[in-house]
Amino acid sequence: MRRLLLLALALALPSAASAQPGLGVKAKTGQGLYAEHCLSCHGVDGSGVTSASHPRGVLDVRGLGPPLKDVGALAADFYLTTGYMPLEDPHEQPRHTKSPFDKREIAALVAYVASFGKGPPVPTPHPERGDVSVGLSLFTEHCAGCHQVVAEGGYVTNAVAPPLHEATPVQIAEAVRVGPYLMPRFEKSQISDAQLDSIIAYVQWAKHPDDRGGWSIGRIGPVPEGLVAWLIAAVALVGCCVVIGRRVRQ
Amino acid sequence: MNALRRWAIALGVLALGRKQRRPRFADRPRIVPPGAPDPRAEWLVLGLLLGAAAAAAGFVVVYSFNHLSHQTQYLGLSLGLAFAFTAAALVVVAKRLVVTEELEEDYPVPGHPTTQEELEQLVAEGGDRFTRKRLLLTGAGAAAGALGAAVFVPALSLGPFLDTDALYETPWRRGRRLVDEHGKPFLLDELERETFYTAYPEGADKEEVGSPLVVVRFEPSELHLPAGRRDWAPGGVVAYSKICTHAGCAVALFRKPTFRPVEPGPALICPCHYSTFDPTRGAKVIFGPAGRPLPQLPLLLDRENGELLAAGNFSGPVGPSWWGVRSKAPRNPS
Amino acid sequence: MGRALESAEESVVIRGLVRFLDERSGTAPFVKKALRYVFPDHWSFLLGEVALYTFVILVGTGIYLTFFFEPSTASTYYAGHYAPLRGHEMSVAYRSAVDLSFKVRAGLLMRQTHHWAADVFVASIVLHMLRVFFTGAFRKPRDLTYYLGLTMLVFALLEGYLGYSLVDDLLSGMGLAIGYSVLMSVPFVGANLALLVWGAPFPGKAEFWSRMYVAHVFLLPILIATLLALHLFLVAARHHTQFRESRRTTEKKVVGIPTFPGYAPRSLGLFFSVAAVLFLLGGLVQINPIWLWGPYHIAQGTNGAQPDWYLGWLIGALRLVPNLDVTIGDYTLVPNAFWGGALFPLLVFMLLYLVPWLDRRATGEYGFRNLLDRPRDAPWRTALGAALFAWVFVIFLAGASDRVFVSFGISYVAQLWIYRVLVFVLPLAALIVTRRFCLALQESERLGQIRKQAEAEARGELPQTEQL
Repeated sequence: MRRLLLLALALALPSAASAQPGLGVKAKTGQGLYAEHCLSCHGVDGSGVTSASHPRGVLDVRGLGPPLKDVGALAADFYLTTGYMPLEDPHEQPRHTKSPFDKREIAALVAYVASFGKGPPVPTPHPERGDVSVGLSLFTEHCAGCHQVVAEGGYVTNAVAPPLHEATPVQIAEAVRVGPYLMPRFEKSQISDAQLDSIIAYVQWAKHPDDRGGWSIGRIGPVPEGLVAWLIAAVALVGCCVVIGRRVRQ
Repeated sequence: MNALRRWAIALGVLALGRKQRRPRFADRPRIVPPGAPDPRAEWLVLGLLLGAAAAAAGFVVVYSFNHLSHQTQYLGLSLGLAFAFTAAALVVVAKRLVVTEELEEDYPVPGHPTTQEELEQLVAEGGDRFTRKRLLLTGAGAAAGALGAAVFVPALSLGPFLDTDALYETPWRRGRRLVDEHGKPFLLDELERETFYTAYPEGADKEEVGSPLVVVRFEPSELHLPAGRRDWAPGGVVAYSKICTHAGCAVALFRKPTFRPVEPGPALICPCHYSTFDPTRGAKVIFGPAGRPLPQLPLLLDRENGELLAAGNFSGPVGPSWWGVRSKAPRNPS
Repeated sequence: MGRALESAEESVVIRGLVRFLDERSGTAPFVKKALRYVFPDHWSFLLGEVALYTFVILVGTGIYLTFFFEPSTASTYYAGHYAPLRGHEMSVAYRSAVDLSFKVRAGLLMRQTHHWAADVFVASIVLHMLRVFFTGAFRKPRDLTYYLGLTMLVFALLEGYLGYSLVDDLLSGMGLAIGYSVLMSVPFVGANLALLVWGAPFPGKAEFWSRMYVAHVFLLPILIATLLALHLFLVAARHHTQFRESRRTTEKKVVGIPTFPGYAPRSLGLFFSVAAVLFLLGGLVQINPIWLWGPYHIAQGTNGAQPDWYLGWLIGALRLVPNLDVTIGDYTLVPNAFWGGALFPLLVFMLLYLVPWLDRRATGEYGFRNLLDRPRDAPWRTALGAALFAWVFVIFLAGASDRVFVSFGISYVAQLWIYRVLVFVLPLAALIVTRRFCLALQESERLGQIRKQAEAEARGELPQTEQL
C-alpha cells in the first residue's frame, strides 16, 4: 500500500515540478529519486517529518526525518556518498555502506536537495596544504575523544563513532561542517578551512601511519596487544614447555 | 691453491675426525650412566649452532646500517632467530646427546625436632640473666614503636598528608576570563551551538586539574539547570569542569543529536568508562559509573566587549571524588 | 663400554677451574650436590621458569632503556624527524621515549621487547599460579613459597603499571588519572594517600615522576628479585613437588632429572626459547606505538583508552559497577571508583592469600604434601578455583566491551547488562560443571580399573592391586 502511494507520488511530482522554471534535467531525475527514497522521512521539498508536523497515519508514511531546507549540497553529498542515506529505519544510526545510487544519481539528488534552499555547496578541501602536526593537535582536541586518536573509531554512549579508514577528504570536510547523527557540528569560526585541511591531512596520514614497530595489530593499544600476548606469546611458550618437558606418562 | 687444499683438509678433519679417547676415570664407578653416541644429533646441533651464529652475525650487520627501512623488524628477526636456533640446539642436546637420568632422592626431612628444641633452649638461656622481662619487653616495645614512627615520619614529606585542602583549590574566581588553548578570549557572539569548546582560566596553569572547562552553548530555552543556577549561563552558555568526577579522565566527548525525535539527547561523555552527563541539566549523570555531576562554573558576560568571564568558583570540588568530597566548597589558592 | 669424548685441554681446563674455585670457596661438595639436584619432569613445572627467564629479559632490556630515557616532566617542544609531532608541547619524558624509539638504533626493538616481556611476565606468572593452585602445590611445606609468589604477582602488576605510565603519552596519562582516582576513592584516607604519593592534586608535583621512576627501575625490581631469590631458595630447600605416577614417586622420594647433565640444557633451552619469542615479537609486532598516541595533556582524551591486559580486569570492574556512591545526603563516603578499582582486586588477592589456609580448613589436612593432586582428585578445590577464575575472567572480558562494540556491533549497554548477570551466573555454572566433570573423570577411571582387573582375572592372572 505504502509503496503504491509512493509510486503515485513519484509519478505525480515530476509533472508538478516540470511546471516550475529553472530546474534542469538533473533535478528532475533527482526529484524522482527523492520522491522514491527520501520523501517518506524528509517530506515534500525537504520540509521534514516530525511527529508534530506529520502525525502518524497521514499517507500511511511512518518516516521521521529532519527538514532539508538549507542543508545544501554539502550535507546531501555527505549523506549520500557515505551511504548513510537512505536509511531503512529512522531510529537506527546511519552506517557507512555502499550507496544504492550510482554517481549520476547521487549528483542528481544532491542538486535537487540543494535546490530547496540556500545551503553550502560541496566543499573542495586541500589536504596537501595542511600540516599533519597541526592536524594531530586539532584532531586530539576535537575528534579523538570519539574517533580515537589514530581514527580507529570508538564508542559514544548509545552510538558508534566510526573509524575513518574509508572517509575521503571531501567527506571529512563535510562531516565536520554537518555533524552527522550525534557528532558535533564545527563552524568555520571554530575550525577554519585551513585548520580543516590540516585535520584532513592528519586523517589521511592516519590511514597508513608510521608503523615502524612492525605489524600494527589495529593501533588501538592494549586490547589486541593482550590478545597477542596470550594467543601468540603464551601459546608459543607453553608449546616450548611441552616440547622440553615431559607430557603424560603411560 | 695450496692454501685452499690445506683448508679443505683441515675442515675435513674437523668434521670427520671424531676422537674417542680412553676414559680417564675408568678405574672408578661411573657417576653419569653411559649412553650410545648419536652422530646425527651432533650434526643437527652443529647445524643449529651455525644457524644461530649466522642469525646473530646478521643482527650485527643489520645494526651497522644507519638508515635502513624496517630496521627494527630485521633486528628483531635476526636476534630472535639466533635465540631460537640456540634454543633448538640446546633442546636437541638435552633430548638426544646427554643421558637423561632418572634419579631418586629423599625429600628433605620435614623438620629437625632436636635442633628446634636446642634453638628454643638457646634463646631461653641467652636471656637467663633478665629478671624483669615484662618490664623490659614493654620498654623495648616502646622504643621499637617510637623508632618505627621516627623512621616512617619523614615519608610524610612526600606530600601534604593531613592537609587535603589543596584538593579544593581551583584557579577560577569571579571576573577571570575564559580563554582557549592559545589564550584567545571566548566571545559570546562567536560561540556556536551544537559543538563544544575547551576553555582555560586566563593566565593560569592549563595542566592543573581545576583548570580545563568544557563549554557548550544551547538555546536558553533548552536549559533546565538546577534551582539557583538560573543566571549561570548567559546566552545559554554552560561551562563544566572537563575532568570526570569518576576517574579523572578528560570529558572529551560531546554527543549532539542532529534530529531530536529519533536520537538521544545532548551529553558530555568521558572516554574512560563512558560516564555520561546531561549538560542541559547541570551535568547530571545519565549513564555510566560517575557518582556526582560535573561541577558547573557560573559564567558572566562582560557587556562591554562580549567576553565570557567566570562569575565565581565551581558548584562543587573538581576531579575524582573522595571521602567527604562535598564537605567544602572549592576556593582559590591563598 | 665408556666412550668419553674429551680432549686433553678440556680436562685440564675443567680440573683447573674446579680446583681454583674449591680451594677458594670450599664449595665443591655443594656444587656437586647442586649438579645432582633432582628436577621432577613435567611440562607444567616449567611455567615458573618461563616467568623467571622473562624477568631476566625485562631486567636486561630495562637497563638498556634507562641509558636513554629521561624521567622528567619538564616541558619541551618536539623538533625531531617525526612529522606529526613536530612543534608539539610535551614532557621531556615523552620526547626521550619517542627519541629512543626513533633515533637510537635498536632502541625500538629493546622498548618493544621490554613491553612484550612485561605482558608475558604477568601471563606466565598467572599460568604458573593456576598450575600451582589446581595441583594443590601450595600446601605445606610450600605455603610460604606460594605467598612469596603471590606477592611477586602484586609487585609485577604495579611494576608494569608504572612502566607504561612513565612514558607520559596520552594513554599513560589517562591511566595515571584513573590510578589517582582509585587511590582517592579509598575510604577515610584515600585523599591523604593520593596527595602523599602524587605530592599535590593531579597531575602532581614534578617529583612524582622521579618517584615513579625510582620505583620502576630500582625499588620494585629489587623487591621482585629478592622475593624471587627467596622463592627459589624455598623451592630448592623443600624440593619440587611431583605427580603420583609410579611406585617410585612417593611422599618420601622425589624422582627426576639431575641438573647436570640432563636438566641444564633443557632449562637453558627454555631460556633461549623465551628470549626468541620476546625478541621476535619485539621486532615484528608493534606494541604501544607512543608516537601515534601523542603526548598527554590533562584536558585531552582518546576513545577506548585501555590499560595493559593485566589491569584489564580492573577497567572491566570500573565499568560494570553501577553509578553508586555511598553518601549521606550530599556527604560522600565511598566514591564509586573504590568498588571496581580497589575493593575488587583486594578481594581477589585476599582470597588468593587465604587459599592455603582455606584448603587446610576444608580438608583438615595439616601434614606434609610432596605429591600433587591432579585437578580431578580434588573436585571441590578445582571447582571453586574454576569459579573464582570465571568470575575474574568475565570481569576482565567486560573491560574490552567498548572495542567489541566498535568491532562487532554488539550494543555496549546490552553487553554491560549481560556481563552484570554473568558475573553472578558464570562462577556458579563453572562451579557446578567443573565439579561434575571431575567426578565423572574419577568415575570413568574407577570403572576402567575395575574392567582391567576383571579382564586380568578372566585371563587367570593375579588380581592387580596397584592403585595409582
